[in-house]
Amino acid sequence: MLPREGSPGAARMFSPPFAGALAGLVALAGVSVLVGVGVTPLALFTGEAGHGLLVLAASRIPRTLALVFAGLAMGVCAALMQMMFRNRFVEPTTAGTAQAATLGLLVATIAAPDWPPLAKMAVATAFALVATLLFLKIIARVAFRGAVLVPLVGLMLGGVIDALSVFIAYRYDLLQALGAWTTGNFSGVLRGRYELLWLTVVLAGIAYATADRFTAAGLGDAFATNLGLDYRRIVAMGLAIVALATAACIATAGTVPFLGLIVANLVALALGDNLRRTLPWIALSGAAFLLACDIVGRLVRYPYEIPVGTVAGVAGSALFLYLLLRRRLRLG
Amino acid sequence: MIKVANVSKSYGTTRVLDDVSLSLPKGGLTALIGPNGAGKSTLLSIMARLLSPDAGTVHVDGLDVFATPGAVLARRLAILKQNNQITPRLTVAELVAFGRFPYSRGRLTREDAERVSDAIAYVDLSAVQDRLIDELSGGQRQRAFIAMVLAQDPACLLLDEPLNNLDMKHAAAIMRLLRRAADDLGKTVVVVIHDINFASCHADRIVAMKEGRLILQEAPAAVMRPEVLRAVYDMDIAVHEIAGTRLAAYYR
Repeated sequence: MLPREGSPGAARMFSPPFAGALAGLVALAGVSVLVGVGVTPLALFTGEAGHGLLVLAASRIPRTLALVFAGLAMGVCAALMQMMFRNRFVEPTTAGTAQAATLGLLVATIAAPDWPPLAKMAVATAFALVATLLFLKIIARVAFRGAVLVPLVGLMLGGVIDALSVFIAYRYDLLQALGAWTTGNFSGVLRGRYELLWLTVVLAGIAYATADRFTAAGLGDAFATNLGLDYRRIVAMGLAIVALATAACIATAGTVPFLGLIVANLVALALGDNLRRTLPWIALSGAAFLLACDIVGRLVRYPYEIPVGTVAGVAGSALFLYLLLRRRLRLG
Repeated sequence: MIKVANVSKSYGTTRVLDDVSLSLPKGGLTALIGPNGAGKSTLLSIMARLLSPDAGTVHVDGLDVFATPGAVLARRLAILKQNNQITPRLTVAELVAFGRFPYSRGRLTREDAERVSDAIAYVDLSAVQDRLIDELSGGQRQRAFIAMVLAQDPACLLLDEPLNNLDMKHAAAIMRLLRRAADDLGKTVVVVIHDINFASCHADRIVAMKEGRLILQEAPAAVMRPEVLRAVYDMDIAVHEIAGTRLAAYYR
C-alpha cells in the first residue's frame, strides 16, 4: 500500500532488488539440482541410456521444488501467525500447530493406513486447526500476556502434544515414522511424493492477495474493525491457511522449527511490517534459507547427508540468538 | 448525527454503562469527560461498534452501527483507540494509506493516493512520510494515526484519549488539529479527554459521565464551574477566567 503508484504491490514486487534476490534463488535451485550422490553434474545431462535425466526428473528436481515450496510456506505461515497473534515469536512450531499436525498424521497412519496422502493430510490439517484454536483460547485466558509468555505457552502445548505422539508411536512401533515428520528431511522426496506441496504455492498466493487484511489485523482488532474488516474472519482465514500449509509440509518432508520465525523477523527488521511489501521477500527468503541449508547438509559429509533440519537448526539458532539479543526488536 | 439510546453494558456484575442516551448534532467538537471508570471509553467503543452493548442502540447518520456492513460504516465513522502496546513497523505513508481501505480494498486509485498525501500534508508530516512510525516522536505518531482516519474521510471521528503521553506543545497541537477538522472539514469530532482545560479551550460542548451514567451535556462555560466540577469529580476545583477562557486549577 504505497500512495504514489497505481498498483503499488505489483510494482514493488518486481523491483530491481527483488528481481536480484529471485535470480539468487534460481541460482541456488540450480546448485541444488546439480549437487548429489551417484551422478556427476555433467552426467545428469549426458549420461547413457537417460539415467542422468531420470535422476534429474525423479529426484533432484522434485527435491529442489519441495525445498522451495516448504521454505516459502514456513516463512509465510510464520508471518501470518505473527500478525494474528501480535507476537513476533509465534509460528507453527511455537503454537502447537506443527506438533498437532504430526499427531494427526500419526493417528491417520494408525487408523487408516490405506488412505491416500491427501486424506491423511486433511486429518493433519484438522488436528492443526484444533490445536491452534486451543492455543488461541489459552492465550485469551492468560491474564499476563507477555511477549515471551505467549510462545512459551505455545511451546508447552506443543510439548504436551509431542508427548502424546511419542507415546502413541511407541505403542504402535512408529517411532521411526514420527522421527521423519518431526525432523525436516528432504532426502526421501521423489516424484509422486511431493506434489501436495504445490498447495502451499496456492496458499501463499491467497495470503499475498489478502496481505493488507493481515497487516490490519496485526494492528489490532479495533484497527481492523475501524476499517470495516471482520477481524474474526481474517483470523479464521489465516488459521486455515497456516494449518493447511503446515500439514502439507509435515506430510511431505517434515518441518523445520524456527525457520519461518527467523525469516519473518529478519525481513521485518529490514523492511517493516507491511505484508503487501514484505510477504514476497519472506517467501523468497524462506525458500532460499531452506535450500541453502539442504545443500550444505548434502555437502558437509559428502557422500553422506545431514538432514536439513539439523543444519537449519544450527544456523537458525545462531540467527535466533542474534534476534533475541538485538535490542531493537520490540517484543510486542 | 450520532444517537445513542438507552445503552447499558456490564462486565460480570459491574455495570459500566447504565442506560446512557446521548444525541449529538452534526459538526462541532464534543469532549467526553469524567473520572476514571466513568465509562467514557466503553461508550466510545460502543458508538464505534467495537463493543456490543447489553441493551440499547446506536445510530450514526441514521445507520444502526451494529446492523450496517462494516465497510459501509467505515466510510461514515472512524475511531482511533489508544494503542500503546504496539507501534507497527509501517511507514507513515503506508499507515495513512490504510485509511483508504474502506474505499479501495488495498488497491489505491489515483484519487486515493491524492487523499493520502493530502491527509499527510494536513497533519504536517509530509517531510517524514517515508519514515517508520516507530521512529517518530509521540506527537508525530499520534498525528500519523489522525492522518489515517482523516484519509478515511468519515463524517464522524471518535478519538479515545488522543492526548495521552503527549507533552503540552504536542497536546495543544493535536487539539488545534481536531478543531480544524471540525471547522474546516465539517467533521463531527468526539474526544475522550482527561484534561478538562483542553475541553474548555477547544470543545463546543462537554459531555460529562460518572459511574456509568451521563450526567450532563452543556457548553464549556456552563460546565467549567466549581459546583458542576465538584459533582463530576468529587473534588473542589477553583475555576479562573483567563483571557475569556475558563480554566480549572485542580493541581492542589
